[in-house]
Amino acid sequence: MKIWIQKQQALIDFTLASLARRKLKNAGLLLVYTLIVFLLASVMLYTSALRHDAAAVLKNSPEVIVQRMVAGRHDLIPPGYLEKLGRIRGVQKKEGRLWGYYYDPVVKANYTLMVPMAEAPGAEKVADANIVVGAAVARERGLVPGNLISFRSYSGKLFSFTVADVLPHAAELVSADLILLSEADYRAFFEIPAGHYTDIALSVANPQEVRKIASKLSEALPDSRPILREEVLRTYESIFNWREGIVLVLLSGSILAFAIFAWEKASGLSAEEKREIGILKAIGWETGDVLKMKFWEGVLVSLTAFLLGYIAAYLHVFSFSAALFEPVLKGWAVLYPRFELTPVVDGFQIATLFFFTVFPYTVATIVPIWRAAITDPDAVMRG
Amino acid sequence: MIKLSNIRKAYNQGHENEYWALDGIDLNIKEKQVTALCGPSGSGKTTLLSIIGCLARPTSGRVQLKKRDISGLPERFLTEERRSTFGFVFQQFNLIKGLSARDNVMLPAYPVGGDWKKLHERADGLLDSLKLGHRRDARVEWLSGGEQQRVAIARAMINDPQVVIADEPTANLDTALSREFLTILEGLKEQGKTILLTSHDPLVVDSEVVDKVVNLRDGRLVKAD
Amino acid sequence: MLFQPAIIALLLASAVSVLMLAAAAPFALQLVRHWDIRSGSERQLQLERRTYLMSTLLSFVFATQLLALLLFVFNADKMSVMFVGAMCAVGTLNANEFGFPALISQIGVFFLAAAWLVVNHADSRAYDYPLVRVKYLLLLGMLPFVALAFGLQLEYFLNLKADVITSCCGSLFSGEAKTLTGDASAMAPQQAMILFYSALALVIVAALFNVRQPRGGYLVAGLSGIAFVAAMIGIVSFVSLYVYEHPHHHCPFCLLKPEYDYQGYWLYLPLFSATASGLGVGALQPFARIPSLATIVPQLARRLSWITALGFALFTAVATFMIWNSNLILLEG
Repeated sequence: MKIWIQKQQALIDFTLASLARRKLKNAGLLLVYTLIVFLLASVMLYTSALRHDAAAVLKNSPEVIVQRMVAGRHDLIPPGYLEKLGRIRGVQKKEGRLWGYYYDPVVKANYTLMVPMAEAPGAEKVADANIVVGAAVARERGLVPGNLISFRSYSGKLFSFTVADVLPHAAELVSADLILLSEADYRAFFEIPAGHYTDIALSVANPQEVRKIASKLSEALPDSRPILREEVLRTYESIFNWREGIVLVLLSGSILAFAIFAWEKASGLSAEEKREIGILKAIGWETGDVLKMKFWEGVLVSLTAFLLGYIAAYLHVFSFSAALFEPVLKGWAVLYPRFELTPVVDGFQIATLFFFTVFPYTVATIVPIWRAAITDPDAVMRG
Repeated sequence: MIKLSNIRKAYNQGHENEYWALDGIDLNIKEKQVTALCGPSGSGKTTLLSIIGCLARPTSGRVQLKKRDISGLPERFLTEERRSTFGFVFQQFNLIKGLSARDNVMLPAYPVGGDWKKLHERADGLLDSLKLGHRRDARVEWLSGGEQQRVAIARAMINDPQVVIADEPTANLDTALSREFLTILEGLKEQGKTILLTSHDPLVVDSEVVDKVVNLRDGRLVKAD
Repeated sequence: MLFQPAIIALLLASAVSVLMLAAAAPFALQLVRHWDIRSGSERQLQLERRTYLMSTLLSFVFATQLLALLLFVFNADKMSVMFVGAMCAVGTLNANEFGFPALISQIGVFFLAAAWLVVNHADSRAYDYPLVRVKYLLLLGMLPFVALAFGLQLEYFLNLKADVITSCCGSLFSGEAKTLTGDASAMAPQQAMILFYSALALVIVAALFNVRQPRGGYLVAGLSGIAFVAAMIGIVSFVSLYVYEHPHHHCPFCLLKPEYDYQGYWLYLPLFSATASGLGVGALQPFARIPSLATIVPQLARRLSWITALGFALFTAVATFMIWNSNLILLEG
């Protein structure tokens, strides 16, 4: 065992020395390799962070939302519905929600106007004639707490609000275009009479019962549609995975190109390198030793490229907000959330990334390396 | 020490340009002697040398090393044999450019493993004994021809082989350096090494260090006169 | 089919493994037909060189399989969100009938490749390569298995449709389900514990005996296989319960998750290495009488038996420690 380790040390030592001797050639390979890792890692880190944030947001949303449908379209919940639901076993709490969209012609964007739920954070700040705004809204309209702002409602009346607070930056992915206001203001602004709600939110303690409750709901209120949080989550997951998959397939061309490049590099050994391997074999290196040396070379190159590419991707995604492909992967809202993603790194991702980078590299280089390693030991003498 | 019987070696076997580089060689190489293989180029000297040095396997015939038949050994074991028994000095020296003299000397010991520090000491000791101690950190391409050859000799000695094989050792040296090489050769012989070399340099072949001269032509031995 | 990176990666890895072995098959045939170690002909030299490529390829397939196995389980766990009722990897694997067969065949390929590499290692130490023919026939024999593993995986992923109602680990292992894994957990903890500890004790003792007198290769291999199955049954029916401290959570995969401090690795790493080397000991046994292997096989068998004994012992110790440390009480004193 000790001898084996010493041997590997010696081989790694030699490998490092020979990598250093051919800096230029290896730098080219390393650059391309790093670039590939960087691209793929960026896509993966980005989508996974988005998914993670979305899931984190959904965690606080109600398990079931009930919408009323009229002619297949989402409509207001009329008075009495909450009562009609009655008591359903397993439902901890039911609550009518009020929210809607408002188009602001000044910045040519839609805001989401919402009455915060009773115990939601920031709810206590939303007194009548006060609003709390999302970070993007604040940015676009140049608002700070204490400012006065007026909106013209759909019926043409002008309403003035005092900005009580700006929502924290952290949750900007979902709250960018959000405006929180009081129930009275909301009803006045959109002219929605008391008793009507946009939809109903239900909290369910046991996730196993969600589906049963959903079927009871459709029985009790046939004109309504229950939306399950797990379904939303599932849809998000599928969409993000699908998008990630599409991007990867688009990038597969570059992976292939990289594999061919690696093959070229590994098989197109310079005369100098061939001679070197010949010398090593002649002075007592075995084919297996050359293979091992080349294996370590691959490990060192891959590790370096992987680390560099991954770190660069990490910085790209989490410090520069994935500037390169923001438009492709993010949502379509006009008010771009300028959010900083929560850094998420997991082993699953690294393993997947490994299969898209190191694996093709290794596959592409096995045969050329073997070809180089089986040089005749007496080639040096005959040459 | 080394016994060859009816050694034949073919290249491009089964193709149109098939040719037999060696065609029935019987030879006995004695321990602690200097043997020189002579002959014009293309006579099979180098092929014979590489078969004796376990660099290649004969197509047919038997090679016995220390009474053990090694002709059928796969490359992996042949290499082990070669590493422990033989040291090589090549015509072009075949040093690896970009590495220091000391690193070059240590190369044959890498696959063996062993203590890193002791290996360094051994390499330095060898370079010192060949009066190259002061050049050990220099890259080999900065060394002169004579120095390069001495590095190659040090490299051949690093695994302490019983047999030293030298292919046309004086071909790239002027007379003064060739004489210097013969002095080193004498030293090795005194240490009890068996030495085998090819040469057509009369300076070497006629020197008194050489105990036995074997003549080759067209892949066969020429009867000694 | 679900279109996502990990699935593409897994299929890619599997397909490449099959392709590599398939491309190597003609060479393996040539080796079997024309191998003649006594000859110094150029063809023989070429064949010898090819053996290096073969063992490199197999090592590569082995490493790939190991990584793919991990990724496969991770992926199953990640995807559980996408299936109604699936709480963890078990639910995902159960989404169609190919899930578990795909996993099992992958584990099978992993062990096969390990055994082949052991035989290869022994053979390449003998000066006359006595097992070349056997080895390459075995390699040809392995090809269908690797292809099967790929096929099952492909079927599994192709037939995956999000939203299929699947049973989560709760119902899968609930005892009503008459599947193989269901039976495993239907076993009462007490019975499972007896099986678990006795199988492990037997294999450890056999392996230790084999260290002293390397003759019982088949016994060690057989017991390793049994111990592996007993260990999996044990993990499903009681070890996992103790770790999760939940009397109905039988999942063997959640152990690998960060929520449980990756405790699973401490179980599975020794278990898999011990089983692989135990099977390797058995794979060597038939060749112990070949003269050139006479010293090599016993030496290697000894070393592998050591690994087997230590691995299983470590596994047992870790599992016992987990049970000891748990707040759950399954068996009333």
